[in-house]
Amino acid sequence: MPGAFEGETVTRRAFMNVTAQTAGGLAAAAFTLPALAFAIGPIFKRVPFEWQIIGTPADFTETQYASKVITIVDGIGEAGKGLAYVRKRDPAIDNIGTQDKFNHYIALSSRCMHLGCSVRYVQAAERFVCPCHGGVYDFRGQVAGGPPVRPLDRFYTLEHDGYVYIGPRYSVNSELQRFSPRDPAQPLDGIGQYMYPARFDTSVLPPTNNLPLPPTIPGT
Amino acid sequence: MATSTDKPKTPPVHPVDAAVEGGLTVVDWIDERTQLSPGLRWMLFRKVPKGINWAYTLGSATLFVFLNQAVTGVFLAMYYRPDVNGGAYESIRNINDNVFLGQFVHGMHKWGASVMIVLIFLHMGRVFFFGAYKYPRELTWIIGVVLLILTMAMGFTGYLLPFDQRSYWASIVGININGTGPFIGPYLSDFLRGGPEFGATTLSRFYAIHMMLIPGIMAALIGFHLYLVTKLGISAPPWVRATQPAAITETVEV
Repeated sequence: MPGAFEGETVTRRAFMNVTAQTAGGLAAAAFTLPALAFAIGPIFKRVPFEWQIIGTPADFTETQYASKVITIVDGIGEAGKGLAYVRKRDPAIDNIGTQDKFNHYIALSSRCMHLGCSVRYVQAAERFVCPCHGGVYDFRGQVAGGPPVRPLDRFYTLEHDGYVYIGPRYSVNSELQRFSPRDPAQPLDGIGQYMYPARFDTSVLPPTNNLPLPPTIPGT
Repeated sequence: MATSTDKPKTPPVHPVDAAVEGGLTVVDWIDERTQLSPGLRWMLFRKVPKGINWAYTLGSATLFVFLNQAVTGVFLAMYYRPDVNGGAYESIRNINDNVFLGQFVHGMHKWGASVMIVLIFLHMGRVFFFGAYKYPRELTWIIGVVLLILTMAMGFTGYLLPFDQRSYWASIVGININGTGPFIGPYLSDFLRGGPEFGATTLSRFYAIHMMLIPGIMAALIGFHLYLVTKLGISAPPWVRATQPAAITETVEV
């Protein structure tokens, strides 16, 4: 082989070339890969969600939604607050979809399922209306008109020791069956549930055996 | 007869001439060591085709708006605070209300963003309708398209930073539009937010992308774009007919 001594299978120049480029590549990967993993890490991270007290059973009726401010993200003040519309379950109309003890209170998220603006409830029309692009939902949160692709998200609710607790968000398809929380604009009917897979961090229900106690009333 | 104590008469040096002389000395000193001037001459004193007009300055105009965004952005960063808990909005309010020329610099940045988008499209239209993207300038066009996309990403990430109601909800909507992409959409929107919900990391993430990641890539690509423009030369306007050089048609007596 030209450029090599007797018995050598690779020239010194080629060997140095490969060695230097490998060393450079390793050095670059040593800071690039951790930085990239650092940036995409939150996709895989499970965010804990605590049960929150939103009132007592007497605060809610079957026919009217009560709006409750809940904390979606802790520690960032107003930007982390969200609105939930809560009422008692009405067996006459809330008879489809998943039924269990987390369903005795219907808690709808105010996040529009078109692109995530805040819907408001109009009692006279018994409709949820989105100001951004005209999404309309009926009393059960199912789409009554406009661009939304699925019914309003819901929150787990739980009645315990005379208080109503609200838990993490879940999404529903048009049959009101439970799915892990999806972003707005991701349909869950038919092929939609496969085109928009669940997160890796699909939130598990926080344990119900250690619920936060209601705030103590001063002077008692 | 002059005595030995007489100094030879030299005309007094004007201070301006002295300054020019000093400046040239410094420039020469640098040039002797870097050999930059041939490259600069190559870049700036190149031949351009006949018939070019003001439409050919749109690219330079875009470059200067980019520089405006870079400079005003750097100085805005001195006062801006990417704090989701009210601090971001307050720091913008402080820039607008209290900082000397703050509203002006902020306005330059804000309106410059729109001007940049407009100029990019005009520049793109000029290149398209003049056919200037054709061989051998396809790569220049492709890099230009990447720069357009990056500029849009700058607009998207920068829109959140004032953190008022409009930027907050526009970003919510924009992130959710990213989430509509099949299969990778859910992960893309989680990446943009830095988690399943809009939180403190979302703002700092947008801020880092807006002020460090994309500007760096854009500066590098603009450099490459300009290199290609200089290397390949500017195309003539389509209405200028190519004439055959006289040398080819010249007949030679033998």
